[in-house]
Amino acid sequence: MREAPDRLRGAFARLCALGERGGEVWRGVFGIPDYEAYLAHMRATHPGETPMDRGEFLAWALERRHAGRGPRCC
Amino acid sequence: MNKLLSILLWGAIAVVGAFAFAAFALKRGESVSAVWLVTAALAVYFLAFRFYSRFIAERVLQVDPRRATPAERRNDGMDYVPTNKWVLYGHHFAAIAGAGPLVGPVLAAQMGYLPGTLWILAGVVLAGAVQDMIVLFASVRRDGRSLGEMVKMELGPVPGSVALVGVLAIMIIILAVLSLVVVKALAVSPWGTFTIAATIPIALVMGVYMRFIRPGKVGEASAIGVALLLGSIWLGRSVAESASWGSAFTLAGTEIAWAMIIYGAVASSLPVWLMLAPRDYLSTFLKIGTVVALAIGIYVVAPHLRMPDVTRFVDGTGPVFSGSLFPFLFITIACGAVSGFHSLISSGTTPKMIQSEGHIRMIGYGGMLAESFVAIMAITAACVLDPGVYFVMNSPAAVIGTTVDKAAEVVSSWGFVITPDVITQTAKDIGETTILSRAGGAPTLAVGMAQILAQALGGKSMEAFWYHFAILFEALFILTAVDAGTRVGRFMIQDMLGHVWAPLGDTKLLPANFLGTGLCVAMWGYFLYQGVVDPLGGINTLWQLFGIGNQMLAGIALLLCTVVLMKMKRERYAWVTLVPTAWLLVTTLTAGWQKLFHPSPSIGFLALAHRFSDAAASGKILAPAKTLAEMQRVAFNNYLDAVVCGFFVLLVVAMCVYAILISLRALRATQPTVQETPFVAHAEGVAYA
Repeated sequence: MREAPDRLRGAFARLCALGERGGEVWRGVFGIPDYEAYLAHMRATHPGETPMDRGEFLAWALERRHAGRGPRCC
Repeated sequence: MNKLLSILLWGAIAVVGAFAFAAFALKRGESVSAVWLVTAALAVYFLAFRFYSRFIAERVLQVDPRRATPAERRNDGMDYVPTNKWVLYGHHFAAIAGAGPLVGPVLAAQMGYLPGTLWILAGVVLAGAVQDMIVLFASVRRDGRSLGEMVKMELGPVPGSVALVGVLAIMIIILAVLSLVVVKALAVSPWGTFTIAATIPIALVMGVYMRFIRPGKVGEASAIGVALLLGSIWLGRSVAESASWGSAFTLAGTEIAWAMIIYGAVASSLPVWLMLAPRDYLSTFLKIGTVVALAIGIYVVAPHLRMPDVTRFVDGTGPVFSGSLFPFLFITIACGAVSGFHSLISSGTTPKMIQSEGHIRMIGYGGMLAESFVAIMAITAACVLDPGVYFVMNSPAAVIGTTVDKAAEVVSSWGFVITPDVITQTAKDIGETTILSRAGGAPTLAVGMAQILAQALGGKSMEAFWYHFAILFEALFILTAVDAGTRVGRFMIQDMLGHVWAPLGDTKLLPANFLGTGLCVAMWGYFLYQGVVDPLGGINTLWQLFGIGNQMLAGIALLLCTVVLMKMKRERYAWVTLVPTAWLLVTTLTAGWQKLFHPSPSIGFLALAHRFSDAAASGKILAPAKTLAEMQRVAFNNYLDAVVCGFFVLLVVAMCVYAILISLRALRATQPTVQETPFVAHAEGVAYA
């Protein structure tokens, strides 16, 4: 009897992971780079510097996409 | 075994495509199902992608999947990020696809469904997708440099600067014409105006949600936004029917034009997270969803194409736009066949994110095929309409008058029989008071979509809902483009002003920002207002001006591609870019020449300007002007249009001369003289398919 909730929880976790992955793809489509990858890069190549936190990083990505010079189409 | 399977598969696709083409080739004069048109297009796309794009990638460009891309070499987790092929495909498509492929094909439908469809297919396979892919390739080999920088590198500094001024001019015209499409769709339409107005608070809610409540949850916020949007369409009907609210949202064309101008100035000055970003997510969501829904809808409903394959308006006397099939079809349909604007995207963020040169084909060529498919959807939706309804919606008031009786009489006299009752009933079905003279593509496409989607889902009673859904979807991403475009235009203007007086170029300085925004909005606002009050011109003038500009830019991009091939010493294959370049130059220069010097005032800017200034000089007043001052304004506007058109023509001729000189030098060289970044292999252990 205890298995059912466990299985349900498992399914829910999988669903969350799927949503997380979907969100990642969706952010990618909008040109918002992956924050974890940015952190990994900063740690590996610029260990002395403080990386942006998640909010700053998102704000930066938005600014680049929309306030930048990249014209978009007709 | 695999090889056999491949031959069978591609053979089958070729056979299906041939059957689809035969279906409408053999039944000329009879009504044909739209399914055949869409199937034929899909077969062409698959075959072109499998064979032609592969030929270009492997033989012509010799892409090298072993070579590290800028994303890998300069990976900084921010600008340069190796990105999954499919995610990048989506990113690239979302950036290139806008309202363009929805407008041009609808206007071109006045010549029948065949000329437009054939040009969209031939254009994308041989010109548009080739341009997007080779520019992407060139940029990947140059650290992701932009088109302007590459023109500077390969052609010299003068052509580089001249090209930038050309881009700004095209931006201004596109912003004006897209705003005009919105004005035509929303004038005297309280339901439409309410739903578009509602997108502003909805975007603000989403912006705050993504910034403060659940930072970065783009998917959640988009879902909430879509739900609220659908709610606003549903509410719109009651608003339109209410006596007090309905009249508050019933605005004349000029009022909506002013609203757009103010909106453009204010929206482009707000922080991006507040309004632009959420709207961008929403419109992309809707764009992808709607195109997929429409494609499925066409296969489910299988509507017949009621527009003839070729109408008599190929002779240039059409009411929607003037000018004969050659050259005007080829500038009316720009986006969807070949769009110069894409060369800016292919040399924007995409080349900095690509994992492997092996992906260039899928993203550059394949991305453009998807945009072309949107154009095919648009022409299909316009051609399943009753042709009478199509012409009533797209002809200017100066031609068909302002009453349903007069409009029915005029359109019927062209051979597209329609009764006043049908016109009134169509307006009623979509929940509007009038459908007369709603040129610009969006409303026509919306009626076509509404009829297809209502047959698939919800029946007749849902037609008004789907109509306003389609209007919302188009207006939403036009407003996004106006906002984003005004920002880009401001940067370009500040860049130029900075050369005159440095503080004006400082993007952190508020007064300089306001000046840049003000100038940009004033320029496109001027063209917009002129289009709204001009009963003859409007879309007729501005869309063609945009088409000429956009194709000129494509010509410049393809000239760059040709120079790059020559400098790589790949001149054997230079025909791959030379053929489309030559075609674009021939059509756009002819069109530009005719728009300037054609003796007919309905085509030539100067002829029309002279007619009005001559009449004004002798004290006569010509309709639609009512005063001498208005006469002079019409003349002035046409001189202005002539200057812009002449500028585009001179621009491309100058580029052509530069490209020929440099190509000749490259031909004489014995070694490749191309300026690529040196070869670096992928890092150890990195392997991208």
